[in-house]
Amino acid sequence: MQQTGSQILFTALKEEKVDTLFGYPGGCVMDIYDELFRQDIRHILVRHEQGAIHAADGYARASGRVGVCLVTSGPGATNTVTGIANAYMDSIPVVILTGQVPTAMIGNDGFQEVDITGITRTCTKHNFLVRQIGDLQRTIREAFHIARSGRPGPVLVDLPKDVIQSVMETDRHATALPPEEKPCPDLEGLCNEALKLLLKAKKPLIIVGGGVILGKASEVFRTFARKFQIPVVSTLMGLGAFPANDPLWTGMLGMHGAYYANMAVSQCDVLMAVGVRFDDRATSKVEAFAPHARIIHIDIDPVSIDKIIRTDIAIVSHCTPALQTLLRLSEAQGLRQPERQIHPWHNRIRQWKAEMPLSYCRNRNIKPQYVIEKLHQLTQGRAIIATEVGQNQMWAAQFYRFNEPNTFLTSGGLGAMGFGLPAAIGAQVACPDRTVVDVAGDGSIQMNIQELGTIVHYGLPVKVVILNNLYLGMIRQWQELFYGRRYSQSDMTQAPDFVKLAEAYGIKGLRATKPGEVKRVLKEGLETPGPVVMDFHVEPEENVFPMVKPGTPLTEMAFGNVRAAVA
Amino acid sequence: MPTQFKERAIAVIVNNRPDVLARIAGTFSARGFNIESISANITRDPAVTKIIITTLTTPDTIAKVIKQLNRLVDVLEAKRLRRPDAVRREMIIARVPWTKERQAAIGELVETRGGKVVNEESGAVILEFTGDKDALEEILTRLEELGMEDFTRSGVIALERGKS
Repeated sequence: MQQTGSQILFTALKEEKVDTLFGYPGGCVMDIYDELFRQDIRHILVRHEQGAIHAADGYARASGRVGVCLVTSGPGATNTVTGIANAYMDSIPVVILTGQVPTAMIGNDGFQEVDITGITRTCTKHNFLVRQIGDLQRTIREAFHIARSGRPGPVLVDLPKDVIQSVMETDRHATALPPEEKPCPDLEGLCNEALKLLLKAKKPLIIVGGGVILGKASEVFRTFARKFQIPVVSTLMGLGAFPANDPLWTGMLGMHGAYYANMAVSQCDVLMAVGVRFDDRATSKVEAFAPHARIIHIDIDPVSIDKIIRTDIAIVSHCTPALQTLLRLSEAQGLRQPERQIHPWHNRIRQWKAEMPLSYCRNRNIKPQYVIEKLHQLTQGRAIIATEVGQNQMWAAQFYRFNEPNTFLTSGGLGAMGFGLPAAIGAQVACPDRTVVDVAGDGSIQMNIQELGTIVHYGLPVKVVILNNLYLGMIRQWQELFYGRRYSQSDMTQAPDFVKLAEAYGIKGLRATKPGEVKRVLKEGLETPGPVVMDFHVEPEENVFPMVKPGTPLTEMAFGNVRAAVA
Repeated sequence: MPTQFKERAIAVIVNNRPDVLARIAGTFSARGFNIESISANITRDPAVTKIIITTLTTPDTIAKVIKQLNRLVDVLEAKRLRRPDAVRREMIIARVPWTKERQAAIGELVETRGGKVVNEESGAVILEFTGDKDALEEILTRLEELGMEDFTRSGVIALERGKS
């Protein structure tokens, strides 16, 4: 039968089990949108293309599936670049479909033409320009395959208008390609070596990263950690992979990591890192990172191995087969660690936790940390939390205590403000029955504030919690600590009335200005059906602690007015 | 310059697609690695291209570059071409003014260095030489002495020796 490019596109998307597109129409994609009118795939119309890509990203992070966004050429495409770079840095599987001018006009500086494949070449896992209709089906199939295989990532497919409009005879249905995982040669041998190391260890520690969540390996990871009774710390991206309510949980490490986490990393004698890329926010001064430890590194991407931290045993593998092999071998050989051997280590960690838990001082103002604690309590720690970037992000990471994977959606690698609100939209679309909360600052919420329109349009019950301190908080914190309190361009005192702004969109707005109001406002916001914006006027100059100054060892943490410790 | 910085060659075997070269160049430039020379051409399979790249760098960096290249979807294989294990060649074609006085010197240079005269016009000749980097550097010095007007130098090509 004769099919247009648009029809072939939708057939291919259906084969990939795509149920939702996040998009925004435009000249070069009008034929696709015309075909969409006849199709039964769900389409979420956003209010800015950046919203579309972040929503597709949030959808992917919350569901584990490939997120898809559809935008037009030129400015539509360039508006997605931040979101694409964001997905690239955090290894999120998204497919970005962009319109393009007709093939004959490419390179002539046409209306709404950009070389988007050129622009995104270094921030996509791969990209394609479809030059003829015969390539379309195969390209879509490959794009999804690449997005979800190995280390996941964003793939862009540029669709010229004439290719979409042309017609060809086809009755072939695309069959989706299964994701391809390269098995690790000598996995057993390497796992045996790793086991030997772990069983000799007196102070073992595991760092869990985003790779365990992307690899859907939380369960096997938990089994492994518990079997060997090894304490677990997490990177920002790994939060939720291992439950915070487990006795082995030892917090988030890094620049704003917990005292006990950073101490454990610095004193351990064997460190096993699973699905971690040793980003500088986690390691701080590389030469001083885990100085006493032999390091086992399990990661799917060989590029991450020995990139920043020298490893003793490198296992290039998807974390699931690696962890399963470790479990299988230890079972087969009846291996277990004598409890006496690591008992002192567990005690030491308990001591550190008691010495310096994550804390803050209360006063007459609302403390942002308190808002997060109450949020955790009122949602039983089971909400999906999207964050913006900066102080709001760090407090959410520290005080929400995540127990499940795919519940903490944060722009880790790129640190893109404006991510949270659209990501929450994507997550809510993916998980309609879950409570989804966007934790934001007054600065970052304004970066994609227009997406409140999307929330109302589709009746998405997203809850927005604004930690409003009238500053670009993290910038102000750095200016206070390292730039002699010169608050250059970091004050946002001209903030809108967020309650009125929400109401202008037809969304309920609530405000709290005193600590006594926090619980009531949160409760009302969470229990009211539908979307709610909650504006919390928090302590203006509250800082995120602990803090490790960049370029210094993880042990040199500042604690603000509690104490500064060099351990 | 620290002794670790040496000119190192890699072979990158890729799908012959319009954007592959841009991707490879992008991998280098995005991470601040510099391409000293590059040579690319199709293999016996027109869908596969072989690219030889030389870059001035340390052993650690070249290992990282190769990992980055192997991660690209259209790269089939990227590998080191270490000096003793690989034969390297470059080519130059140079235009030298031709006079009766220079005739003997030009002839001697061509003879002794295995060169060729590839073009003759009144007043100038174009000569062709191939060899490894050191040989060509020496030849270029001689050509300059002979008043060389202009020249073009190819990228380095290299091939592993057989396993013996």
